[in-house]
Amino acid sequence: MSTLDHDAAVERLTNAVRELTATTPLTEHHGHFDIPTAYDLQARVVAHRLEQGHRVIGAKLGLTSEAKQRQMNVEEPLYGWLTSDMRVEPGSPLIVNQFIQPRVEAEIAFLIGDDLEGDDIGAADVLAATAAVMPAIDVLDSRYAGYSFTLPDVIADNSSSAGFVTGSVLVDPTGIDLRLCGVVLEVNGQVMATAAGAAVLGHPAASVAWLVRALARRGEGLEAGMTVLSGACTAAFAVSPGDTVVARIDRLGTVEVPCR
Amino acid sequence: MTRPATADIAEMSTALLNARRDRVPIPPLTDRFPDMTADDAYAVQQGLVASLLADGDSIIGYKLGLTSRPMQEMLGVDQPDYAPVLGSTVYANGGTVPSDLYIAPRMEAEICVILDAPLSGPHCTAAEAWEATRGLVAALEIVDSRIEDWKIKLPDTVADLASNGAVAFGSQVVPLGDFDPALLGMVFTRNGDLVATGAGAAALGGPLDAVAWLANTLHHLGVTLPAGAIVMTGALHAAVPFSRGDVFRADFDRLGPITLRVS
Repeated sequence: MSTLDHDAAVERLTNAVRELTATTPLTEHHGHFDIPTAYDLQARVVAHRLEQGHRVIGAKLGLTSEAKQRQMNVEEPLYGWLTSDMRVEPGSPLIVNQFIQPRVEAEIAFLIGDDLEGDDIGAADVLAATAAVMPAIDVLDSRYAGYSFTLPDVIADNSSSAGFVTGSVLVDPTGIDLRLCGVVLEVNGQVMATAAGAAVLGHPAASVAWLVRALARRGEGLEAGMTVLSGACTAAFAVSPGDTVVARIDRLGTVEVPCR
Repeated sequence: MTRPATADIAEMSTALLNARRDRVPIPPLTDRFPDMTADDAYAVQQGLVASLLADGDSIIGYKLGLTSRPMQEMLGVDQPDYAPVLGSTVYANGGTVPSDLYIAPRMEAEICVILDAPLSGPHCTAAEAWEATRGLVAALEIVDSRIEDWKIKLPDTVADLASNGAVAFGSQVVPLGDFDPALLGMVFTRNGDLVATGAGAAALGGPLDAVAWLANTLHHLGVTLPAGAIVMTGALHAAVPFSRGDVFRADFDRLGPITLRVS
């Protein structure tokens, strides 16, 4: 039997955020726990941010590529919640020392136009309910040293959610095949990685549809106005003060953030 | 003396010619000549190409290799390499590739640039390459190594036609226009399963940067890229080994798909 102490586990993660100090995986202290329990812990970690006056403004997906799923020995992606304190406004810098070990990824972001919920939602439903798509930079920050964790650990850690920047031009996805759109991640003018939208579960909208179905299991959904980061198209890269990170996505435009 | 003499260079060209013909790989050239330079290797390549042309082959353009940073880091170089593409090695879109024609083949999807006007260095820019371009074509390259087990250092692959095996082109030439070739997306599947994705920037920052690099590099040899030449600008992803029965499809945004099957 698991001897998981929920309070202690949540405190370990919230302390790591407050003290900007990496911790060790919960599973090392509390033994293995299952995925639904991991999402229970995640809900409490997110609630802790809300108690500090922040709002939930969206969600993000992780482990959306087959390569990463194989690496973690799982067959599903995972998700976390984005809160208002995680948003970096266009033109503002990413303050590196507000994170423990930040890494950046290029993603396609969806601005949800109509509430989306249900266990039968597909990619076409997502596209129909999407107000706009944008290029995005996802800023990960695992609260576990060296990004070393098991699947329940990372889910409890809100799927490493820490920050994000979206492009400031809203693009109507009608008539755009997001599957084929080219994605380029540059750091300081160097091409770090390239991809196409299909890198995310075959299609970024399929990834968002998976999220909606996963949320339905917990009686939750996406609300109009939320931003969803559909999953990394590229590998993640560590950033340092002075770096400039640029994500360029064909047909969607460019998003850029300087690191201070 | 670990650099090759003129006679050694001719001997290596012949050894590679035989390896291509017999489909029997040879040990790395750099095992015997550890200090062999890139210039030595291009001399071997030229000897090999001269023999192939004497046998009735033709040059239809060029391919670039080692165009991505991961590949350059793997071989410890900071430059790509190039080799002529031979007229005898072109497959039709939808065609069938007999796998026993090759030694250790791998498949790559890339953007091919077709020139409309001659292009030469030494100061060619991506903007000039744009001006000289007729259009872009979806392409696949079969890379193969006549060196045992792909144990290549830079001079080995340069001498061996930059590891070129064969090429295939999509069915439409798409003029440049209101899009950035560096952002062109590509989705690569084998037997319907996604194996890789990429975008034009993966090869030297973009297809036209790749063409400019080639024009400048060929200038040192007194060569001008002729109108109508094709340039295979470099893989957009890590090369994929294949076996009999595989069907490869590269789907390019704006350029359309290209398919090859392996028998």
